[in-house]
Amino acid sequence: MSLELAGITVLWIFLYGYIIVASIDFGAGFFSFYCKARRQDHIVNGIIQRYLSPVWEVTNVFLIFFVVGLVGFFPDTAYYYGTALLVPGSIALVLLSLRGSFYAFAHYGARENMLFHFIYGVTGLFIPASLATILTISEGGFIEVRGDEVILLMDRLLASPYSWAVVLLALASVLFISASFLTYYADKAKDVRAAKLLRSFAIGWSLPTIFASFLVFLSIRNHNPQHFDKMLDASWLFLLSLASFLFALALLLKKRGYGWAFVFVMLQFAFAFFGYGVSHLPYLLYPYVTITDSITSPQMGAALVIGFIAGLCLLVPSLILLMRLFLFDARYVQGKPTK
Amino acid sequence: MELDNTMLARILTSLTLGFHIIFAALGVGIPVLISAAEWLGIRRKDPAYILLAKRWVKGFTVTVAVGVVTGTCIGLQLSLLWPSFMKVAGEVIALPLFLETFAFFFEAIFLGIYLYTWDRFRNPYIHWIFSIPVILGSTASAFFIMTVNAFMNAPQGFTLDGGAIVDIQPLAAMFNPATPSKAGHMIFSAYAASAYVLAALAAWQLLKGKRHEYYRKALKLTMTMALLFSFGTAVWGDLAGKYLAEYQPVKLAAAEWHFETKPQAELIFGGVLDEETGEVKYGLKLPYALSILATGLPDGEVKGLNEFPEEERPPLFVHYLFDGMVTIGLYMLVVPLVYFYYRRKHSEQGPRLLYRAIIWGAPLSLLAIELGWMFTEIGRQPWILVGYMKTAHAATTADNVGEMLILFSLLYIFLAVTSSLVLARMFRNKPAEAELSGGQLDV
Ligand code: HDD
Ligand code: HEM
Ligand code: HEM
Repeated sequence: MSLELAGITVLWIFLYGYIIVASIDFGAGFFSFYCKARRQDHIVNGIIQRYLSPVWEVTNVFLIFFVVGLVGFFPDTAYYYGTALLVPGSIALVLLSLRGSFYAFAHYGARENMLFHFIYGVTGLFIPASLATILTISEGGFIEVRGDEVILLMDRLLASPYSWAVVLLALASVLFISASFLTYYADKAKDVRAAKLLRSFAIGWSLPTIFASFLVFLSIRNHNPQHFDKMLDASWLFLLSLASFLFALALLLKKRGYGWAFVFVMLQFAFAFFGYGVSHLPYLLYPYVTITDSITSPQMGAALVIGFIAGLCLLVPSLILLMRLFLFDARYVQGKPTK
Repeated sequence: MELDNTMLARILTSLTLGFHIIFAALGVGIPVLISAAEWLGIRRKDPAYILLAKRWVKGFTVTVAVGVVTGTCIGLQLSLLWPSFMKVAGEVIALPLFLETFAFFFEAIFLGIYLYTWDRFRNPYIHWIFSIPVILGSTASAFFIMTVNAFMNAPQGFTLDGGAIVDIQPLAAMFNPATPSKAGHMIFSAYAASAYVLAALAAWQLLKGKRHEYYRKALKLTMTMALLFSFGTAVWGDLAGKYLAEYQPVKLAAAEWHFETKPQAELIFGGVLDEETGEVKYGLKLPYALSILATGLPDGEVKGLNEFPEEERPPLFVHYLFDGMVTIGLYMLVVPLVYFYYRRKHSEQGPRLLYRAIIWGAPLSLLAIELGWMFTEIGRQPWILVGYMKTAHAATTADNVGEMLILFSLLYIFLAVTSSLVLARMFRNKPAEAELSGGQLDV
């Protein structure tokens, strides 16, 4: 595999990882706020906190990893995206900062403060929306290079149906992924009432997710026909994604195999995300930056790959330990003393 | 001072970093103290130390949260505000930035484990073991980010071939001449400042008249650490001076208002500079001291500012920043010495003045970190990559940097206020004595 392909594959895998873990986190924040507002928080908050508490910092690192890796492997992206995204990027950062710190504040300091929960819950929806917009921008048409200035055409972005379809998809998927994971977690915890409520959320958000994906398909056809054609070439991936979705929905409806249901949800997004990614290549920013002309020097590329492998050797066992302690330890999940 | 994009980007960068570094320094240092306290507690079967570790951890979670979010801000702001610099940095110095994220990962995973497994293992040492990867992760991340900053001061590991960067050696870029002195000094200063912050908490309670031995144990442990690490900071600061003399003589000369190249140079402390004549009034002159700091020998030669063209000199007010840092460094060494002297002579209860001095050590040691950073960063001007790229050529060309500066200022004010309130509330209603006699603590 060539260096640029290896690089983008690694980064894409991490971005996928971020999408899954962050969706669980964002969605959980929203559900937690929603239930609190409707005074049902006693049902789900125990579940949500037992899962979120140990892992929230890890979630954040996935994002950092992607950004740093992108600049490392493809330094040109720093120049184009860095210049164009000053304002939207800063706003997303402020939201992320508020959310991250408020989790800690609400959790360790002032548990009963409704405002904290509100900020925590609502930023959880704005952040995925603004991050997804970056993928929209990468489709081209929203960035213009004049001389040595790189300009983001905000008005065109806001007026584009494609852009709104992506935002819609981001919101629906966050809630769907999150609810289907938490259903599984609640079921493992043998918390029947929480599992029932969360399952209804998952089913409720399943159709909007699929509906939004179709919207994205339709609108990308107008926005970037070249990309759309390539997506048709990779249509088998999208069909597999649809099939996984149907399996997941069937399991949820039949009230069993919630673990498998969540696996199928992950597969659904994996197939779609990689289908989207494969067809996006070779462009990182249409039509200015491609993976081949922006790739870093071969020496740095080799060093990054070695560093990455070394890092994985450290990370994978640690992550397995983390999951065994908090995800697959039945006593912990059920909130019983674990000694 | 003209508020162009470069200036605004510089102000915003220094604002974010200046805010981040406080929490980052605590993030690097506090795990060391937590780990030491837990270990003592297990070894001596003393619940006081375990409680100490537990209470520190609780506060730590809040500072970590702010450290993480401000770190995320600076991590992305580097690309948002300095796109041209990051393009070069991405080409040459991406490796340590990349490795730093692995160090964060490692730290984040084990911090999660450490926080939520206090009562999960029969053998208490297993829980203690999990503090080690947290220390390793945060210290390694400090090390990696320092190599990036060191590279900005002493770039190497690449060749410039008519504007294109070729022949890149990532390891040489990472292990540049500035790396050892910078990383070591920074890590020690973070440890030392953290020890002072925790010592101040204990001293505060003793000053208020609390008598419980819990606070005395806390003070003794933190003062021991403060002494150790302040000593390390000073020794390593001396190394940093020798590095400057060899590789960035103009920075050292600016810090010392040292104009003529000469041996047996004196170190000027404080004073007022007459910019016209280059004369220093009211300053304290320590003969030979600058030669010793720069070379280790009383008659070593030290390069003066006159050797460098006017436009390559940093602003000369960095002198006060340097003096401030060194003065605080000495203060941080003297206070623990006095404390141990009193412990020896007069046993337990120290004078109130001593407790006050310890409490002052906390803000002062954080101030020293800020001063040190302002000194080293402003002393690097006008370069962003010494010898290769000027700061003015690296800033973003996008509009609205000023608005973003306002936005982030508001964010940091808000974070500073809420995190202080949350921390204060966390401990006010729960005195340590009550928790100790509550008896839930089994070691
Ligand atoms: C608790 C904080 C603290 C204290 C007490 C000191 N320093 Fe410091 N100093 C730092 C915290 C710091 C720092 C924040 O860690 C810096 C900024 C950048 C860096 O690498 O370290 C620094 C930079 C720095 C530099 C510039 C390095 C460079 O630009 O490459 C020198 C020469 C010194 N220090 C020397 C000293 C000496 C001789 C001290 C005497 C005790 C001293 N420092 C105390
Ligand atoms: C010498 C200066 C710095 C030190 C010692 C330092 C250290 C740390 C530490 C220890 C943390 C973890 C937060 C905690 O545990 O409290 C942290 C967070 C972070 N820092 Fe810094 N940092 C420094 C400067 C920078 C700079 C210049 C950048 C930008 C490249 C940066 C990027 C980050 C990021 C992205 C995070 C968040 C990581 C996460 O999500 O866990 N830091 N820093
Ligand atoms: C965390 C501790 C740090 C603090 C408090 C700090 C402080 C500062 C200050 C005060 C400035 C402004 C200098 C001026 O305008 O004259 C600055 C500039 C800058 N620093 Fe640092 N710095 C830190 C660490 C770092 C690190 C580790 C890096 C590299 C990864 C870095 C990269 C930069 C850049 C790119 C600029 C802007 C260009 C310039 O003004 O030279 N800083 N920083």
